Amino acid sequence: MSVTDSAAKPASAPAGRRLTTARAIAEGIAQEMERDPGVVVLGEDIGKYGGIFGATTGLLDHFGPDRVLDTPISETAFIGLGVGAAVEGMRPVVELMFADFFGVAMDQIYNHMAKIHFESGGNVRVPMVLMMAAGGGYSDAEQHSQCLWGTFAHLPGMKVVVPSNPADAKGLMISAIRDDNPVIYVFHKGVMGLPWMAKNPRSVGPVPAEPYETPIGKAAVAREGKDATVVTVSLSVHHALDVARQMSAEHGVELEVIDLRSLVPLDREAVLSSVAKTGHLLIVDEDYQSFGMSGEIAATVAETDPGMLRAPVRRVAVPDVPIPYARVLERAVLPVPDRILKAARELVGV
Amino acid sequence: MDDKTRLDLYRVMVLSRTYEEAILREYHADKKPAFDIGGGLVPGEMHLSAGQEPVAAGVCAHLSRDDAVTATHRPHHIAIAHGVDLDKMTAEIFGREGGLGHGRGGHMHLFDPAVHFSCSGIICEGLPPALGQAFAFQRRGTGAVAVAFTGEGAANQGAFHESLNLAALWKLPVVFVVEDNDWAISVPRNASTAIASNADRAAAYGIPGQRIEDNDVEAVYTAAGDAVTRARAGDGPTLLEVHTLRMWGHFEGDPQAYRPDLAQVPGRDPIPAYEARLTEAGVLDAAAVSAIRAEAAARVEQAIEFAKSSPVPAPETARDYVFA
Repeated sequence: MSVTDSAAKPASAPAGRRLTTARAIAEGIAQEMERDPGVVVLGEDIGKYGGIFGATTGLLDHFGPDRVLDTPISETAFIGLGVGAAVEGMRPVVELMFADFFGVAMDQIYNHMAKIHFESGGNVRVPMVLMMAAGGGYSDAEQHSQCLWGTFAHLPGMKVVVPSNPADAKGLMISAIRDDNPVIYVFHKGVMGLPWMAKNPRSVGPVPAEPYETPIGKAAVAREGKDATVVTVSLSVHHALDVARQMSAEHGVELEVIDLRSLVPLDREAVLSSVAKTGHLLIVDEDYQSFGMSGEIAATVAETDPGMLRAPVRRVAVPDVPIPYARVLERAVLPVPDRILKAARELVGV
Repeated sequence: MDDKTRLDLYRVMVLSRTYEEAILREYHADKKPAFDIGGGLVPGEMHLSAGQEPVAAGVCAHLSRDDAVTATHRPHHIAIAHGVDLDKMTAEIFGREGGLGHGRGGHMHLFDPAVHFSCSGIICEGLPPALGQAFAFQRRGTGAVAVAFTGEGAANQGAFHESLNLAALWKLPVVFVVEDNDWAISVPRNASTAIASNADRAAAYGIPGQRIEDNDVEAVYTAAGDAVTRARAGDGPTLLEVHTLRMWGHFEGDPQAYRPDLAQVPGRDPIPAYEARLTEAGVLDAAAVSAIRAEAAARVEQAIEFAKSSPVPAPETARDYVFA
């Protein structure tokens, strides 16, 4: 099947059509490539292989090697090439295979891609998507398991998108490509629906066939609840939903789960309105704990109205250690459901 | 080479030198008696290009407004040779609202999209974006090319080698120009680079490479002409290295105590040398020299006036332009 088969179908395509997150991303890219000849895809193994995590499956067959280009292992050169092509009005989608690899090309990312619009006083735009895989849970150890979205979010000039499910992944990719700003698009391997990794059941889900935008900067309420707010992103959304179901069954406690969907812009209103309702805040982040997303969410509440909190804020994140290899050690530091459950119980006192 | 081309090269070199002398004057004007890098009308680091004019003039003579140029932390001569808006560029250097970047970028971060010009303060990092501009031109079939300038110290960066390989692999319409001014701040090239000519590195990527000695603008012009023609024809990139001269410090305020060749610098100034050559050839005479210098001075002073009369940015706009 061509990745664009679905694009050709009417919007009323069979209800409940289900795709993996990886297929949903590829479909979103394909539909934008159909619409805009300036969209090209660059990266390592994104051609015949279809992307190590499947995000570009089928694109080469459909669009050919002029628009879908496997690159040498030269991240500085091909990310910078994306920057220059975007400056000239193209809309490149560039894949950095693992977020962990940003170190070999960070100058093009944070000093060029992210700053050119500002330095030029708004005269030069860089409409580029830099997508990358993140996350652990499968013993890939220190250099292939990090999330690092907080690092990108810390540096001004880039939007940072972190989808948790197939439908959002497609809509956010389409929005990212159409955005006139550079967008870091981080997909967690655990939500992609990969056949070679234990997958979260929600990594396959219904995806509308027609092109659509999911707004960047708008959080989703993944589950409504009145007793405590869990703010999170990506794979941790699913862990939080599982914990919420258990808390409801065992304790009658209803957690509200907020899926931020993007860190930049950050939907602070969604956090504040939920915490105003529940009075309890738990932040779950698979990125490192200190100086990151979890602290930023806590600060948002503290700066606005700490009086809305009826208990101290709790955080479940990676406790500022590199991601270990041995499975028991890795599970000890990742925000696995057991850690989330324990923190949620302590937060509401059950 | 015809007389008009030679005169144009000379004119661009004089304009560039006149400009740097004026910026030097303005930069130091209110930094006395104690030098304070952050003080004065023109604050911050200032990397001036006196002595390197032949490289910019010789290369950019082959370019139109549709061709892209990426320059370095020492960008003024290249910007001038490529036709960047001189008034707005000067206002940017003065940190004014009327500048190319409304005062956000300063002298190392000049962007003039009307002529596809940009520069970067990070060593060698202008090369990858030039590849992308060339990629866009190649896809559109416009025949436009991208020229990426960098220094000899930058040729030891990973970005240099990644960029040469990728440009050669995809036959991108790029010309790489290395300005070898002998000094990577204080480190001489023989202490940083294992080979005598960076042009030899072209062979590693299967592309033509040529080193031009003696800061000779006409030799640069000829070599760059071949390289630009090759790129426009779709035959891929070329690497040029020009042995040029940094007449002044790495940045203003650099005492250059590390430099044993200072006494010879004035004698190697490329502008009087080219002036003498053109005079001997009957292309220039004293009257023409005076007229060209006067014209350059008038243009530069107009740009300085434009900059000084442009308002400083309002502090409440400091957060503008992060996003489009």
